[in-house]
Amino acid sequence: MSLEKFKNRNVGTQNYKKLDLTHPPKSAWCKFKQVVSRTFKPELCIGLWVTLREMINALFRKKMHTTQYPFEKLPISPRYRAIHEMLRLLESGHYRCIGCGLCEKICISNCIAMETRYDENQRKEVSEYTINFGRCIFCGYCAEVCPELAIVHGGRYETASEQRASFSLFEDMLTPIDKLKLQQEYQGFGAVSPNADDNIKKTPLAY
Amino acid sequence: MSNREAVENMISVTIDGKECKAKEGEYILNVARANDIFIPALCYLTRCSPTLACRICLVEADGKQVYSCNAKVKDGMEVVTTTPNILKERRAIMEVYDVNHPLQCGVCDQSGECELQNYTLELKVDEQSYSIPDTKRETKNWSSVLHYDAGLCIVCERCVTVCKDMIGDSAIKTTKRGGPALDKSLKGSMPKDAYAMWNKLQKSIIAPSNGTDYTNCSDCGECIAVCPVGALVSRDFQYTTNAWDLKKIPATCAHCSSGCQIYYETKPTSISDRREKIYRVTNEWNFVSLCGAGRFGYDFENRDATKDREAFKRAVEAFKKAEVINFTSVITNEEALMLQTLKEKFGVKLINREARAFQIFLDFYKQYSGKSLYSLDFKEVMSSDFVISLGTSLRNDNPNARYAFNNVQKMNKGAGLYFHPVGDKLVPTFGRNVLTFTHKVGHEEAVLLLLIELFSDKKDLPDSVKEQLDRDKLVKLLGGDSKFEATFTKMMKKKEKFALIVGEDLYFHPKAKNIVKLITILEKTSPVKVAMIPPKTNSLGVALICELDDEAKGYTIGYNAPGDFRVSALGDGDLDAPAMNQQEGTLTNMHKRVTPTNVALEYNGYTLHDIVKELIDTQTTYTIDWTPKLPVEKGFKSVDFDSLPNGYRNDGTEHRGYLLTTIESEVQEIEEVDRFDESIALDGDIVYRCNPQRQFNDFTDKAHQIFEEFALYASPKRAETLSKRVVVEFDNGNLELDVKVDERMEGDIVAVPDFKSDRNIYELFGASRYQKVIIREV
Ligand code: SF4
Ligand code: SF4
Ligand code: SF4
Ligand code: SF4
Ligand code: SF4
Ligand code: FES
Repeated sequence: MSLEKFKNRNVGTQNYKKLDLTHPPKSAWCKFKQVVSRTFKPELCIGLWVTLREMINALFRKKMHTTQYPFEKLPISPRYRAIHEMLRLLESGHYRCIGCGLCEKICISNCIAMETRYDENQRKEVSEYTINFGRCIFCGYCAEVCPELAIVHGGRYETASEQRASFSLFEDMLTPIDKLKLQQEYQGFGAVSPNADDNIKKTPLAY
Repeated sequence: MSNREAVENMISVTIDGKECKAKEGEYILNVARANDIFIPALCYLTRCSPTLACRICLVEADGKQVYSCNAKVKDGMEVVTTTPNILKERRAIMEVYDVNHPLQCGVCDQSGECELQNYTLELKVDEQSYSIPDTKRETKNWSSVLHYDAGLCIVCERCVTVCKDMIGDSAIKTTKRGGPALDKSLKGSMPKDAYAMWNKLQKSIIAPSNGTDYTNCSDCGECIAVCPVGALVSRDFQYTTNAWDLKKIPATCAHCSSGCQIYYETKPTSISDRREKIYRVTNEWNFVSLCGAGRFGYDFENRDATKDREAFKRAVEAFKKAEVINFTSVITNEEALMLQTLKEKFGVKLINREARAFQIFLDFYKQYSGKSLYSLDFKEVMSSDFVISLGTSLRNDNPNARYAFNNVQKMNKGAGLYFHPVGDKLVPTFGRNVLTFTHKVGHEEAVLLLLIELFSDKKDLPDSVKEQLDRDKLVKLLGGDSKFEATFTKMMKKKEKFALIVGEDLYFHPKAKNIVKLITILEKTSPVKVAMIPPKTNSLGVALICELDDEAKGYTIGYNAPGDFRVSALGDGDLDAPAMNQQEGTLTNMHKRVTPTNVALEYNGYTLHDIVKELIDTQTTYTIDWTPKLPVEKGFKSVDFDSLPNGYRNDGTEHRGYLLTTIESEVQEIEEVDRFDESIALDGDIVYRCNPQRQFNDFTDKAHQIFEEFALYASPKRAETLSKRVVVEFDNGNLELDVKVDERMEGDIVAVPDFKSDRNIYELFGASRYQKVIIREV
C-alpha cells in the first residue's frame, strides 16, 4: 500500500465525509432546554429495552453472543503453542514417539526427561516421558525437531492447576486410545510443509 | 628406546604440502593422523593389521593411488589426500554403504557417534545412484553381553580384526550373507574401488567363528567399542540412552593392575531417581583395549552411604586401638600413603598379602639388578617380537598382558613361549609360532635355566648356573618334545626384541629369591628383558608406598577386607567407604605409570581421609592433597593431582599421569644360584589360586553384568571326574565349592578363585599359589 493518500493533507480534496453535527447550545436558556428535553425523552427506556430484549433472547431463545467459557472455548490457531500432546499412529494406535530423544536434547529449558528400554519386540520402548511444565517456556522446539510429529503443541492453554505436574506424564499427554478417531493432524510449528514432496529425491529401489 | 635413537630413524614425507617426520615403515594413515591431517578411513584400527575392507582411505602417493592404511611411508614421499578421482571413489563408496542401510538412526544406539553418518555427510552424499534387493538379516544375541544387528552392519570387519589381532579370541569371522550378486555391468560403469568393496560387502556378514550362534568368548566387549555403527552393542546398554546425554568422566579402571584408561559415562538413573548412574564404560579403543571386567563391571558403587556420625566415632575409636590394618590392593596411592602414615605414627601393622609378596620380589630384584622397577612396560612388550610368559595364567591374571602376548604374534611376526602348569587352549591359538609348555608345579626355576640356556651369552655366567644348563634335559623335564630344537630355530628367525612376562606364581613361590637371581642373570647376559605383572590393581603402588608386614595379630581393621572393624566400600562394613568410581586419586599400574581417576558417582559418606584427619593433624582438605606427598625416593613425583592429564594424543602417545622413575641402587653380585631340585614339584590333587576371566575382586563380583561364580574351575575332562559340589581340604581348612567347567582349561589342576575377600583364600593357600589338597564329594 502506498502512503501517498496519507501524505496529502489538503482537506476537501480527499475522500473525507463530514458528519452533520448540530451546533452546541449557546445561551444559558438553550442549555437548560437541552437538559430538560434529554431528561424527559423516552430514550433511556429504549436503551433499557435493548438490554431486556437481548436478555430474553439469550435466556429463552438461545441466541447468545458471548462465549460460555469455560463450557465453550474459542477455536485457537494451530500455530498456538499450548500444553503438549503426544499423538498416536492412526493405523495401529501405537504411540508415535520412537524415543529418539531429540526433543529432550533440544529443549531449551532442559525440562524433558524420558526413559527408554529394549522391549520384547526388539524395539525401543518409551517407558516414561515427562515435561516439567514449571520450566517449559512453550518455545515449540520439541515439536519442531520431532521427526515423527509425535510431540506437538495442543490447544490446552489453561495452565492453572494445583500442580503443573498433572499435565506432564506420558499418559497425560498421549491421545486416549478411545479418542483416537478424534485425533487431529497437527498443522502447527514443525509440521510437514504442503510442498514437502517436491523437495525430496527418490532413492532407487531394486524391487 | 632413547629419544635420540628415535629421531635418527626418522624420515620425512610431505602430506598435502605439509612436511611430516615419520618412523620408517609407518603407514601413511598413521603419519597423517599424528600430524593432524585428515584422511577418511573406516576399517583400519591402530595396533591391528589393515583389512582393506572399506577402501575409503585412498590417497595418491608419488602419483600412484594407494590405500593409506596399508601403504608405508618412504623417505621423500609426496602424498596427496584428495584428487578428483579419489573423491569420486569415496563418494561412491559411501553411497554403496548407504544402500539398504535401515533408516533407524533415530533409535540407533550409535546416536550420532556414527562413522557411517559422519562420512556420508563429510562426502556430501545427497543422492543414491545404486540399489540392490535387500537380504533378510537377523539380529542375534551372541553372548550375555553382545547384541549383533546384522541389518546395521557395514562389514568393515573391525570387530573381527580387533578380536583376532588384539584380544586373541578370534571369536568372530566374516561369513556368507547369501544376498543377490551385483549386476556385472556395474563393473565398468561405477568407480573401480567402490565396485570391489561392494562386491565383497554384498557377500559377507559377521558371525561367531565356532559355527554356533554363540561366541563363547572372553566377553571383553572390545568389538562393541570398535564398531563404527550401531551393529554391535552391549545388551545391557541397548536403547537405554543416547550418547549425547552421557557425561564422560575420565578415569582409570580399578579392577586389575593394567589400570586402563576408561570413561565412566553417567546420567540420572531415571525420571524419579535423579542420582547419577553409570550407563556404560568406553575407552580410546585405538590406543587401549579393555577386558570384560573393565567394560561391564562398573556398577560397584557404594550407593546409599550417609554420614553416620555414630559409626564414624566408633571407627575413630577402632583406629585408635587398632594393632593391624588389613587391606587389599584396590586402593589409591593416596590412601595407601595414609595407611603408611598411620603406621609411622601409631605403629600399626599393615597387612596386604598380594602386595607383600610382590614387594619382597621387587626388593630381591632391586638387590640383584640395582633397579627399583622391572625393565619393560607392557607397551614395550607389545613392540617386541619374541615374548615369553612365565608364572602367570595369562588368560586370567591380566588381560592386557595377554593382549600384548597375542598382538606380538599377530603384528610383529612374533614368536612366543608360554610356560605354565595349567594347560590353556587359547594361548596356542595366538599364532603359529607360539609354543606352550605345561610343566610341573615347582619347575619354574628350570624354565629360567632353559631360558638362560637358550638366550644368554654363556661366557659370563656363574659356574653354578653353567653347570645346570643341559638343554635337552631341561626341555624334556618341562614337557617339551624332540621337535623343540627345530621349532625353536624357526621361532628365532629375524627376532630382535625379547620380552619376558612374569607373574604372580613367582611372587608366591618358595624359591622366589633364587628365581629373581635367575631372572637378573638372564637380563644381564641376554637380550631378554623382564616385565612383571603386579598381582592386583594397585599392588605396585602399595608395594612401593607401604612398609608391609608379614604376620600380625591383634585388633584388626579391615579396609575392604576382613577385620574386627570393617571399613568397606561394598556397603556391608561397620563404616562405609567410597568405591573406586566414587573417589579421586591415583593408581600405579603395571606400565609403571601413576594414573589419575576421577569421581563418577556421588558419595555421601565418610572417607578414609576423614578418619586419618581425625587421628592426626594432616592439614589436608581432600584425599588428593596427598598426591604431591607420594614418596619421591620411591620413584613418584611431587605433583598436584589436578595437573595430571588423562588421555591419549592423536599419534597414540599416552598422556596420562606420569611414569614412575626407576631408582638405581647398588648391585649385589650374584655369587651362586641354588641347585635346581626336580623333586620339589607338587603332585597329586593340585589347586591353583586363580580367578575366572572377568572376575578380579569383590567389586567385579558386585557388578551385575559379571556373573562368573565363586566356584571350583576345572577343565572339561577333569570336571567329569568330579561331582557337582566338592569339598577341598587344605592343610589349614576346608572349602566347599560348586564345580564349574572352564572350557579353555586343560589338565588336572583345578582353580579356586580369590575374588571374594571374606573367604580368606590367601590364608588357605599360604605362601604359594598352588596347594596340594584332597578333593572329595560333599
Ligand atoms: S516447548 Fe520448548 S521449553 Fe517446552 S518442552 Fe518443548 S522445547 Fe522444552
Ligand atoms: S523427538 Fe519425537 S520421537 Fe523423538 S523422543 Fe521426542 S517425542 Fe519421541
Ligand atoms: S548405524 Fe549410523 S547410519 Fe545406521 S542407523 Fe545407526 S546411526 Fe544411523
Ligand atoms: S559389526 Fe560393526 S565392526 Fe563388525 S563388521 Fe559390522 S559394522 Fe564393522
Ligand atoms: S567380546 Fe571380545 S572376545 Fe568376544 S567377540 Fe567381541 S572382541 Fe572377541
Ligand atoms: S581404512 Fe584403509 S581400506 Fe579401510
